Amino acid sequence: MDPAPADRTEPARRHRLTVRSLDPDPRAAGIAAAAAHLGLTLPRPDAVAIADIVFVEGELTATDLGSLHGLLADPLLQTATWDVPARPGVEVTFLPGVTDTAAASVIHGAAQLGVRITGAATGRRVELGAGVDDVLVDEIVRRVVANPVIERWSTGTVEPVFHPDSVRVGKAEVVALSGRTLDQLMVIGHERKLALDPEELLVVQAHFADAGREPTDVELETLAQTWSEHCAHKTFRARISADDGVERPSLLAMLRACTEELASPFVKSAFVGNAGIVHFRDDADGRPVTIALKAETHNHPSAVEPFGGANTGVGGVIRDVLGIAHAPIAVTDILCFGPPDTPVDDVPTGALHPLRIREGVIDGVADYGNKIGLPTVAGAILYDPAYTTNPLVFAGCIGQATGWQQHAGPYPGDRVVVLGGRTGRDGIRGATFSSLTMDATTGEVAGASVQIGDPVVEKLLIDVLVGAEHLFTAITDCGAGGLSSAIGEMAEGVGADVELDRVPLKYAGLEPWEIWLSEAQERMVIAVPPALIDELQARCDLYGVELADVGRFTGDGRLVVRSSGEPVVDLDTHFLHDGRPQRRLDATMPTPRRGDDAATGRTVGDAGATLLALLAHRNIASKAGTIHRYDHEILGATLVRPIVGRERDAPGDGVVLAAPTDTEGIAVGIGVNPWYGLHDPDAMAQVAVDEAIRNVVAVGADPDRVALLDNFSWGDPKRPSTLGELVAAVEGCVAAANAFRAPFVSGKDSLNNEYTGSDGQRHAVPPTLVITAVAHVPDADRCVQPVLHAAGNVLVLVGRTAPEFAGSHLDMVAGEPAEPGVAPQPDPDAPERYRRLHRAILDGLVRSCHDVSEGGLAVALAELCIAGRLGAEVTALPHADLATSLFAESAGRLVVEVAPGDVDTFGAAMGGDSFVLGTVTDTPALALPGVAPIDVGSLVAAFNREGLDG
Amino acid sequence: MTGVPALVIAGPGTNRDRDLALALAMAGADPSIVLADQLVADPTLLRDARIVAVAGGFSYGDALGAGNMLALDLRVGVGEALAEYVATGRPMIGICNGFQVLTEAGLLPGALQKNRGLKFLCTTVALRVESTASVLTSEATVGDVLRVPINHFEGNYTCAPDTLSALQANDQIVLRYVDNPNGSIDDIAGICSEGRNVVGLMPHPERAISDLLGSADGVPLLRSLLASASAAAAA
Repeated sequence: MDPAPADRTEPARRHRLTVRSLDPDPRAAGIAAAAAHLGLTLPRPDAVAIADIVFVEGELTATDLGSLHGLLADPLLQTATWDVPARPGVEVTFLPGVTDTAAASVIHGAAQLGVRITGAATGRRVELGAGVDDVLVDEIVRRVVANPVIERWSTGTVEPVFHPDSVRVGKAEVVALSGRTLDQLMVIGHERKLALDPEELLVVQAHFADAGREPTDVELETLAQTWSEHCAHKTFRARISADDGVERPSLLAMLRACTEELASPFVKSAFVGNAGIVHFRDDADGRPVTIALKAETHNHPSAVEPFGGANTGVGGVIRDVLGIAHAPIAVTDILCFGPPDTPVDDVPTGALHPLRIREGVIDGVADYGNKIGLPTVAGAILYDPAYTTNPLVFAGCIGQATGWQQHAGPYPGDRVVVLGGRTGRDGIRGATFSSLTMDATTGEVAGASVQIGDPVVEKLLIDVLVGAEHLFTAITDCGAGGLSSAIGEMAEGVGADVELDRVPLKYAGLEPWEIWLSEAQERMVIAVPPALIDELQARCDLYGVELADVGRFTGDGRLVVRSSGEPVVDLDTHFLHDGRPQRRLDATMPTPRRGDDAATGRTVGDAGATLLALLAHRNIASKAGTIHRYDHEILGATLVRPIVGRERDAPGDGVVLAAPTDTEGIAVGIGVNPWYGLHDPDAMAQVAVDEAIRNVVAVGADPDRVALLDNFSWGDPKRPSTLGELVAAVEGCVAAANAFRAPFVSGKDSLNNEYTGSDGQRHAVPPTLVITAVAHVPDADRCVQPVLHAAGNVLVLVGRTAPEFAGSHLDMVAGEPAEPGVAPQPDPDAPERYRRLHRAILDGLVRSCHDVSEGGLAVALAELCIAGRLGAEVTALPHADLATSLFAESAGRLVVEVAPGDVDTFGAAMGGDSFVLGTVTDTPALALPGVAPIDVGSLVAAFNREGLDG
Repeated sequence: MTGVPALVIAGPGTNRDRDLALALAMAGADPSIVLADQLVADPTLLRDARIVAVAGGFSYGDALGAGNMLALDLRVGVGEALAEYVATGRPMIGICNGFQVLTEAGLLPGALQKNRGLKFLCTTVALRVESTASVLTSEATVGDVLRVPINHFEGNYTCAPDTLSALQANDQIVLRYVDNPNGSIDDIAGICSEGRNVVGLMPHPERAISDLLGSADGVPLLRSLLASASAAAAA
């Protein structure tokens, strides 16, 4: 909101309202607890107090202040004062330019009340009690209360900046490249954080030499964003020389070729545009109902600002689906953290503690999904010390459309229209930031890379765009690289002429390159035929969404960007998109241990205690505390929930979405196991695909109608061994896709997940591949859940069990032996097994069903008992060796509950691939051969011990 | 369609409007979703409505207090028209964020604060019907236990002691939690106005309309609403 000129000459009065909760504010206890957790001891933790502050600017009367007081404080819940608090405290507010959504509401609310304010800001005040020295105060504020990346604070009172402002030059700077040596070019690249390879810098230099001019800073930044690892997937498109002498196409080409060869009739779009699209069914009127699916990572932003990073990761992937003209219907999240009890001293300087990261990330996911009104359905949380400084945040989105047709534009003459949020200095250079490895200073220098989300604005964008498909000819989201990437991609081959002065800004003072690159959230770019602008404008007005017509698509194939009419970019779009030289990389292929000779068994002293230890292991233990924070039911179509059972505390396998009026549904399943990847990346990938498919089959999906997403989070691919592991994993993906005839339709890689600690050591994440399976559920009435149904029913195991322990959770709780042996291997019989199981489910033979994964058969049985609050008596084991039977993590297995009279029919339906384990009992205990029976109550206690709050 | 005309009010960030419209339609109403701004532009929409429902979600992203901003929009924009509507005795309900809007707008007493435990909570709870003298419970039976989902961060109902006494004395507490999930005073899940035609509740009956999806226990509540609308029209 721009102040009137009068306000500039005569500064308006500033007022501040401090609002306190009448009841003890639980945030205060949270701060005290988090400080204690980090070893920052307060003399009186119960003396911590917190208040919210609302700052307003304007010539306000006492009546005005009274009205605002009434708006901002509810007398039943709060007290509020316009006086400055006397008690000592620290006040925190956003850095200038960071989105403050509450302030926007203050302005709106004041206007409704007829109170004229010229500016608003919000903040909070923390009082740590008497007798706390300044050093401790600063430490607690820095580590627990505020994030220096987006906030600033001061002792006493803080003064907000109502109108972030700076003198805008508005001109592009020319960067002289001609005649520079490669070393000099590298210095330029480093100083500007371009993240370009030496070969690429030389190509850029040559391109402008041919053009007979020097590039502008805007052009260089545009090229850097477009050619970044994040946007261009240089590694997945690279020419790779591997030490095994095998000639391979690029990794991306391998995945694409696999999908093309499978030629699945349900695939409508794969590996193009923002998301994959599949078609499983038609609606009652015979129109195709298509599903769009996409998963993204937001790892680097979540490391430096967990809430904002995760928040905007969710927002970004929702826009991906919106950007392919599908209505978003569900969100997924897979999160990898360091152990929350990591000693403070083990966290390198400059990195946030994993506890803080976890809290922020989970809050960020919940905040966005809940507020935008999408169910957060499928997910996983993994813990490993290697994620301590480099957490991973995978966010996925599923969308649905009826009668979808690919938009074929943009056409010359169409307008370039930006919809949604305003552009600010937030999120600048995110694409290149995420393409660099991090170090101790990253948190400080990357401040501008962090975005803050506003889910309500994105909700309104969805409201405008869903149902408006006839009003545009092309659509894409504004993600990494901002307008440079969105408009740059849309203009490919067509060309566009854009005026930056027409881009609505949050505040004045942005340089042209900042406007062009800003990754401010909640923006979409669409191509609109001029005749349709008015109708679109009316739709935007209805929902209160800002529409900016910033230029036109030209037809001349050039990307021209102007600032105040002067061109600051004039690039050939062919050079922009195809001019990048192919990266060449060397790979050293892994040599995994395989075969019976390499397998090693395990000896388990007390199998019962081991089972309880596994149930309490963070990776296996209940995630109920987190899942209940996500609204997983909104839109009213979550048929099989992520958390199941009589007490809603047991893990689901897949989830099923089906609207109340639908007879068919969609299942979503996740497969991930980085620890296998440390031993055998190829097998890990195949087993991850198997697990994702197994999870959807277990709830009633058709294994012959499954589409897959791949998401790789890896270390630095320039290290040949790391790249070799990546190559092996991609080969594993291809092999599994072929085996299951399940095509990959989209994917994303996040590389350089490494952190150079202040100790100078490199910390890389384990090879983390997340597979998402989205599948058709032909009969929503036949869905099954991993919840024991009734005593007397028979428990049957399908699949083979072998001594496959490398990377297992047994090794995590009992210690890995010197000879870890073989990681779980793909089972060639699994695809046929799943087809047979699916038919048995459709025939009504399956009462409950649970996938066997982390922790092996014993954990799967325990989870079934927990879910049903029933017991099980196991009388036969699938392998001669007890430890192998109970704890090996062989893939392709499920435990199935069948009625006693159906055992033979089920066995025949499975073609003999079934092994009777025992029966479901009323006695609430799990009895395993050779192990003292364990009460279900003890299983529940172990499983719930290490929850989110543990 | 010839169902009972129902107006589902939504603001920026409301996200249960479509769920609620679908559930009302399945119960026999003819719902239309109207944005607060549209209602302000044309308050006569209220004249034809036989049911008014404020849907749940995160209007204005909960900025400045859940429901506060949407309540302000309604109060400033259509306060009188809403008062006239309520005075006719026709049913008005607010679910979840809609309940927060109704308390903030002064149409129901009390306020909703953050859950005990300070966490968003998505789960299914058991509700006990405490009074059938309201537009939302007229077809239910006192003592009935209904399984209905909750999905909220600020569902912890509170009010002044004398307000609580009045609610109790006037039989205005229509639904209570069997096992209080959020710290609400006196286990309150839903209350009605003194006129008994304005009801606010945190749980989502519109999300409990199918056994396949977990529960159909919301159906009797929605049926009550339809029956009350017909009764009010006949009166």
